[in-house]
Amino acid sequence: MSGRPHGVPTAAELVEAVREWIERDVVTGAPVSPFHARVAANVLAIVERELELGAEHDRRHGERLDQLGVADDHELAAGIRAGRFDDRIDEVRTLVRESVRDKLLVANPRYLDARAPDIGDLPR
Amino acid sequence: MLDTTPEANAISEALRTVFPRGVVEGLERLTGGASRSTWRCSVDRAPYVVQRQRGDTNERDMHVEASVLEAAAAAGVPVPRVVGCVTDADGTTSLVTRYVDGETIARRILRDDRYATARSALTRQLGEAIARVHSIDPVDVPGLEHADALGTTRDRLDELGQPHPTFELAFRWLDANRPPGSDRLAVVHGDYRLGNVIVDERGVAAVLDWELVHLGDPVEDLGWLCSPAWRFGSPLPVAGVGHRGELLDAYAAVSGVEVDPDVLLWWEVFAIVRWGVICIGQADAHRSGAARSHELAAIGRRVCETEHDLFLTLEGRW
Repeated sequence: MSGRPHGVPTAAELVEAVREWIERDVVTGAPVSPFHARVAANVLAIVERELELGAEHDRRHGERLDQLGVADDHELAAGIRAGRFDDRIDEVRTLVRESVRDKLLVANPRYLDARAPDIGDLPR
Repeated sequence: MLDTTPEANAISEALRTVFPRGVVEGLERLTGGASRSTWRCSVDRAPYVVQRQRGDTNERDMHVEASVLEAAAAAGVPVPRVVGCVTDADGTTSLVTRYVDGETIARRILRDDRYATARSALTRQLGEAIARVHSIDPVDVPGLEHADALGTTRDRLDELGQPHPTFELAFRWLDANRPPGSDRLAVVHGDYRLGNVIVDERGVAAVLDWELVHLGDPVEDLGWLCSPAWRFGSPLPVAGVGHRGELLDAYAAVSGVEVDPDVLLWWEVFAIVRWGVICIGQADAHRSGAARSHELAAIGRRVCETEHDLFLTLEGRW
């Protein structure tokens, strides 16, 4: 089975959103907000990484879903809520965490490095 | 240039009601959101801010917010002073407050040299101010509703139809570790963080953005203030400026309430999920066509940041 970990908006929807912005706000020749231009560049960088990594991520996600016996993240989420995985919840957490890592590798890889747990002043 | 849009005309009319003899100048729109717009002007050379609701939304009437602002001022919370709240013939309300000078952009507050002294005082001041908010007697502010925070967030996620396995794992933990019900039903600000606070060189000048104010467990505001989304890249947990211990000490000094760190943690985890669901909602506003914007679309791909934060925060705890 194959799966798509990256959720929505899809890569195509992201490109569409940037195209719409160019058609609506950029081609008019009016001054473009540097903030919106930076956001557009970031969105295209996400799509660029997904084009590069997406096929491998889909394959890995498919393996995870197969291991858990579900068709997609919707079924997995519903199963967790219904208690279907209560006897293998550690395994589910490990696999879900892997998929979150893949999502960040596409959406914002720096977030993986930059964030320390910073929970030091809370009791464990 | 004089703004003569119908909205600007309606605000000028509201200002004439509040200041029958005042000279209004420089009416200028600052921001326009989905449910309200914010304007600035001067009346007899003194600066004011006007917030105006859109007539076609089902938002709570701003008179409720005006009464909360007045109660907060009476409780010693730094807030913009309310000078008028006017409802037009068509049912749209404008809230007029004094303008408070200072900075709201979190990254400047966290990085600019001019706020170095403010930063050293902010954690304590934020703890003191929110303790005073929580001291307001709910009886004095009729019209606020009590909502089950966790239930509301889960319902919103279901309504959006974008289930996330990580959030289900977090809900499972939140259900199993729910703190015993607080015996205090408090006035909760609902969006207490940098960005919604005006900061000057001395620290907190005013607490703004009260549109999400409601009745609930007061620790909700502290958890939201400590949530990773509102650290703006800083490693410090409280609003990106300080440590939880200092916040809780300042809170206890004013309120007499010692917040259990485990309860704070529960509300921090809840805050991460809540922010994740808000991000899904922002992307949904784009995808549904309600507000086409690549900026909103991009926020949809930030949901995995909140999932990552949940795994970091709950590691070793579940």
